[in-house]
Amino acid sequence: MQYLLVLHVNESGWGQMSPEQQQQGVAAYMAYGEALRKANAFLGSNRLKPSANSTTVRVANGKTQVLDGPYADTKEQVGGYYLIDVPDLDSAITWASRCPAASHGVVEVRPVWQMA
Amino acid sequence: MSFAEGDDARKTADAVARRSYGKLVAFLAARTRDVAAAEDALAEAFASALVDWPTNGCPKNPEGWLLTVARRKLIDSVRRRQTGEAASTQLQILAEGLEDAAAQAEKDMQIPDQRLALLFACAHPAIEAGIRAPLMLQVVLGLDGETIASAFLVSPAAMRKRLSRAKEKIQQAGIPFSIPEREELPHRLDTVLDAIYAAFAEGWTDASGTDTIRRNLTSEALFLARLVVELLPQEAEALGLLALMLHAEARRPARRNAADEYVPFAEQDPALWNAQMIDEAESVLYRASALGTIGRFQLEAALQSAHVHRRRTGHDNWAEVVQFYDALVALTDSPVVAINRALAIAELHGPQAAADALNEIAADDRLTEYQPYWAARAELLSKTGAHDEARQAYEMAIGLEREPTVRAFLQKRLATLESSTRG
Repeated sequence: MQYLLVLHVNESGWGQMSPEQQQQGVAAYMAYGEALRKANAFLGSNRLKPSANSTTVRVANGKTQVLDGPYADTKEQVGGYYLIDVPDLDSAITWASRCPAASHGVVEVRPVWQMA
Repeated sequence: MSFAEGDDARKTADAVARRSYGKLVAFLAARTRDVAAAEDALAEAFASALVDWPTNGCPKNPEGWLLTVARRKLIDSVRRRQTGEAASTQLQILAEGLEDAAAQAEKDMQIPDQRLALLFACAHPAIEAGIRAPLMLQVVLGLDGETIASAFLVSPAAMRKRLSRAKEKIQQAGIPFSIPEREELPHRLDTVLDAIYAAFAEGWTDASGTDTIRRNLTSEALFLARLVVELLPQEAEALGLLALMLHAEARRPARRNAADEYVPFAEQDPALWNAQMIDEAESVLYRASALGTIGRFQLEAALQSAHVHRRRTGHDNWAEVVQFYDALVALTDSPVVAINRALAIAELHGPQAAADALNEIAADDRLTEYQPYWAARAELLSKTGAHDEARQAYEMAIGLEREPTVRAFLQKRLATLESSTRG
């Protein structure tokens, strides 16, 4: 089954880290991606730019509304995702717990609606 | 009710819950085999206690009070669910049985301890192996489903479903609430001990001990092991398991340094170990050895004992350690044991011999996602000079680790390796 691991992180954390810590952080994510690939669970992944770069669009009553910034103005923002293919939810939760984001933010495990 | 009285009542209720929960569930469920109904009735009784005790004062025999109320609730619930002739007969039998037993318990001022029978029911071979440990934690200790789900890395909804399915199985399949016969006991006890160890292992994965759910799990598992030892004092493997867990738990304070970094066993300061717990482990293991039947848990405890002895005295005993591992491999055929054996071989015969030993099990599919395998492989290969392979193994170990402190520790090792190959 496919799951999207949605990484919710506090964006201000990154800027507060030293260059060494940032390097170590990136390396941890690289290792995590490698482990997913070696286990044949990896389908795709991306890191997102900070949510300040977001624009939200909504069409209501024939009017298009365009706003600066993310959809929800919360401390934790979506910072990236992993799309994985694993046998079941237990396995997806195990992979989520290994994701570095689980120790500095929250990882949401979302099953993908498979199109027939 | 004054605040203080309410507080007192809650404290008493908490203490009784901790001490007697399993006893009360066992007592209520033994006749009906309906664990879920017994738990519901007991939960209602605890809720009543929190209303009643602050006003009327805590009863002299809180266990007996809870049993009386829970018994009434249980009979009420059966009455609500069933009607008709057959039901009323069954109800009468149930009510009379409970009534007699409860009267006896009240007279003796103590409830007969049927927790061991309950443990055997929870770890019955007909119950799916993976749910036995969670089931014990819930039914015998009263841990809630959410806590258990987090500890076992399962969604709370799924955990609740599996737990209730297991309880239904106990009732529907007629799993007995009894202590197995002599000839069956060793095998059946193994499944109980395995489940207790599984609970302990889940609690142990948290190196920091900051995660209270996990830390509590190790103490709950120790509680269960002590319970089994108390009720079956002549079973060597139960003693072995207790000794093993005490040894592991004794080292908790040394697993982190002042900077909150992970400290591997070889670098721990023995002075930080809990000496009292180690003494208890040693005497428990000694009791086990006097019973004259060797087994997996005793061997593992003996290994811990040998490691502790070496670190405390500085006296090299790797040959002895490898012998213990040889015996364990022969007994369990477990890849996990084989990994630890390889690490011991490294100390005795050098990293190449160890890497060769590890290669013998490399084809095992179960190891692809097993973090300790990659960590061991990385350590050994970085010493044999196979640096590229070592780097890859470190990457896997880092990617599979869920504890941030251990991850940081491995990243440090990898950085050391990379700077040494560059320089």
